[in-house]
Amino acid sequence: MAVAFDEMNIPGGDLRPAYQELARWLKETPPEALEYRRQEAELLFRRIGITFAVYGDSESTERLIPFDVIPRIMSGKEWALLEKGLKQRVRALNMFLRDIYHGRDILRAEIVPDDLIFQNPVFRPEMNGQQVPHDVYVHIAGIDIVRVDAEDFIVLEDNARTPSGVSYMLENREIMMRLFPDLFARHRVAPVERYPDELLSALRSVAPQSASGEPTVALLTPGVYNSAYYEHSFLADKLGIELVEGRDLIVKNNEVFMRTTEGVKRVDVIYRRVDDDYLDPLTFRPDSALGVPGLMSAYAAGNITLANAVGTGIADDKAIYSYMPDIVKFYLGEEPILKNVQTWRCREPKDLAYVLDNLSELVVKEVHGSGGYGMLIGPAATKATIEAFREKLKREPEGFIAQPTLALSTCPTCTASGLAPRHVDLRPFVLTGSKSTTIVPGGLTRVALKEGSLVVNSSQGGGTKDTWILDE
Amino acid sequence: MLSRTAENLYWLARYVERAEYLARTIDATLRVTALPAAYIGKTNEWDSALLTAGVAASFYQQYEEANEHNVVDYLSFSADNPSSIRNCIEAARLNSRSVRTALTSEMWDTINSAWIELQEVWSRGTSTREDLAKFLRFVQETSLRFDGSAYRTMLRNDAYWFSRMGLHLERADNTARILDVKYHVLLPEEEHVGGPLDFYQWTSILRSVSALTAYHWVYRETLKPWLIADLLILNDSLPRSLASCYGNLVRNLDQIGVAYGRQGPAQRHARGIRNRLEHSNMNDIFQHGVHEFIQEFILDNSRLGEIITKQYLI
Repeated sequence: MAVAFDEMNIPGGDLRPAYQELARWLKETPPEALEYRRQEAELLFRRIGITFAVYGDSESTERLIPFDVIPRIMSGKEWALLEKGLKQRVRALNMFLRDIYHGRDILRAEIVPDDLIFQNPVFRPEMNGQQVPHDVYVHIAGIDIVRVDAEDFIVLEDNARTPSGVSYMLENREIMMRLFPDLFARHRVAPVERYPDELLSALRSVAPQSASGEPTVALLTPGVYNSAYYEHSFLADKLGIELVEGRDLIVKNNEVFMRTTEGVKRVDVIYRRVDDDYLDPLTFRPDSALGVPGLMSAYAAGNITLANAVGTGIADDKAIYSYMPDIVKFYLGEEPILKNVQTWRCREPKDLAYVLDNLSELVVKEVHGSGGYGMLIGPAATKATIEAFREKLKREPEGFIAQPTLALSTCPTCTASGLAPRHVDLRPFVLTGSKSTTIVPGGLTRVALKEGSLVVNSSQGGGTKDTWILDE
Repeated sequence: MLSRTAENLYWLARYVERAEYLARTIDATLRVTALPAAYIGKTNEWDSALLTAGVAASFYQQYEEANEHNVVDYLSFSADNPSSIRNCIEAARLNSRSVRTALTSEMWDTINSAWIELQEVWSRGTSTREDLAKFLRFVQETSLRFDGSAYRTMLRNDAYWFSRMGLHLERADNTARILDVKYHVLLPEEEHVGGPLDFYQWTSILRSVSALTAYHWVYRETLKPWLIADLLILNDSLPRSLASCYGNLVRNLDQIGVAYGRQGPAQRHARGIRNRLEHSNMNDIFQHGVHEFIQEFILDNSRLGEIITKQYLI
């Protein structure tokens, strides 16, 4: 694998401009001071209770995501390009969803094969012909971005269902500002704190017509045992909306109400952090205790807006991902600003043959997987793992895609042996309301803390960093 | 507010109050059992501690004997005892997590820090008396901090009132349970079956509701059992008395009634209990039987809990 692009250091000893002030500051700051702040940050995270749960880990149900105190910095110019690309991508995702659940022009044009849609378990026939306010399906998108050089931004994955992590973006900034006021004073960092406000106005803007002038928004969580529960309570608090569980809601005459100490109160918009499958036991999984019986009929009647809409999984499916450049061109008539990672579709015999021949070089992902579970990283895997994976792949090729192992860019990171480069990615959060699409400058930078590791997922030992966009 | 949020706030306060009460009970029992046998008589104080905590039946399913080691373990750390201090703190934190949006950061910090600290105590264990004393003090301090931060930082709205209701209902239950177990040492002189040995029982009761000093200030008397009963039942200047708890419960329920613009069965039921306490005197109570009076109170109190739940929390 090639040497990764480092976002701070240019081979030969020069610094990329955005990092010059940080480098100066690092030189002046003794390592002990850095270590002391690192410990302080950890203490703060634990006291605030910013934890997440790892499934299948009986040792501890709550863990901290490791936080690296060295910020990741991008120039305003780099951000402007990325922002433009993200807006373009999310616009296309929304148009694609609208089309899939209505006219299906894109299938008729044979850009995306029919069976990828209709035989896909995340396709929701319930959504056929269903109107959603202002044709917004993906109100909150988390687009995972990686870099391999100074020029391009590459989309690794679109998250159009219930992307999480934004609370870390906000809390990381809070904690950094508390711990490093001097470092902030030496930079002009674009603020991220208006995210909750923008989210709330986006959610309000898509209220159903039958809502009152002041629509009531609630955040639906699966409950305290969910891995992202902290984020749910954090956001509800920042937005000033009720944090509801399925059992707090009831549906009467196709309207949704929450049970309050003063009787029931109508809800107009639900920012749901519950997956489609669990939303309504009458429509989806009958064994779901997390959902609200009758929610889908209220939805069909147009009395409640769900954000994100039901059925958005068809847009961020890994099998659809490889068609995204064509999807952007089809709906917008523009060249995609953000690149895709080259992707082999194992469902296609030619691609499968290539993948099987090159397993030790490739990353193979489950089409429906997420969170870094169930994937093969060829270069890091043992022979036995590769062979076991080969069998899985042969049995069910349509369940997988493969990509080259990218040399993700690196950023300086605190390690046991001082500052060292570690691989990073970035998840910016794109908000779409009735009128506009907005992105607070930055996002969540995830960092693979283990030397050489490319897996940034928190469930797999990844950490986070504050992401700075310099205002120039 | 969401019914579930109100329910969580109400139970959160109950769990914290219960944890403190258990710590006080263990503390008071340790003191009285440290006395030479001649001072304390033949009663098994550890058995009484189980009875006042209301967990005697489940305890004996697991243990043969109610001795210090077993009872302290069961009341403090047992995972099997749903109302052990440990489970109360666990439940309090779980409730706090569910209603973080309704708590002030000071309240969350109190519960979360207590939980973090207690995790360490559990893994270390309390091998010495000193460790145990430290632990019990810590639990009581947690409750004080929680109570204080609620009082000082919460908005005075329904969230606060539901939390206070949980506290007073639990507190009334705890005081009544001590009285229920110990009523026989509180009878007036002429009916009295014990003897001078009871002095230590009396101080123990007062200690478990932190009213030993208060007694002397209120009555300026040596310890008299019927005055102790009077203090714990009828004297509304003592925050842990039944009368004081009900004065507060009626006030909190009225505040909610005003805020929501309507009263209901909970308000009526609470007022009924308060009026009965207001119009009672110890002579009548002794005439009709202290034990009966207390048992009736415990039932009435838990009925109020059910009514509140039905009216607001589900």
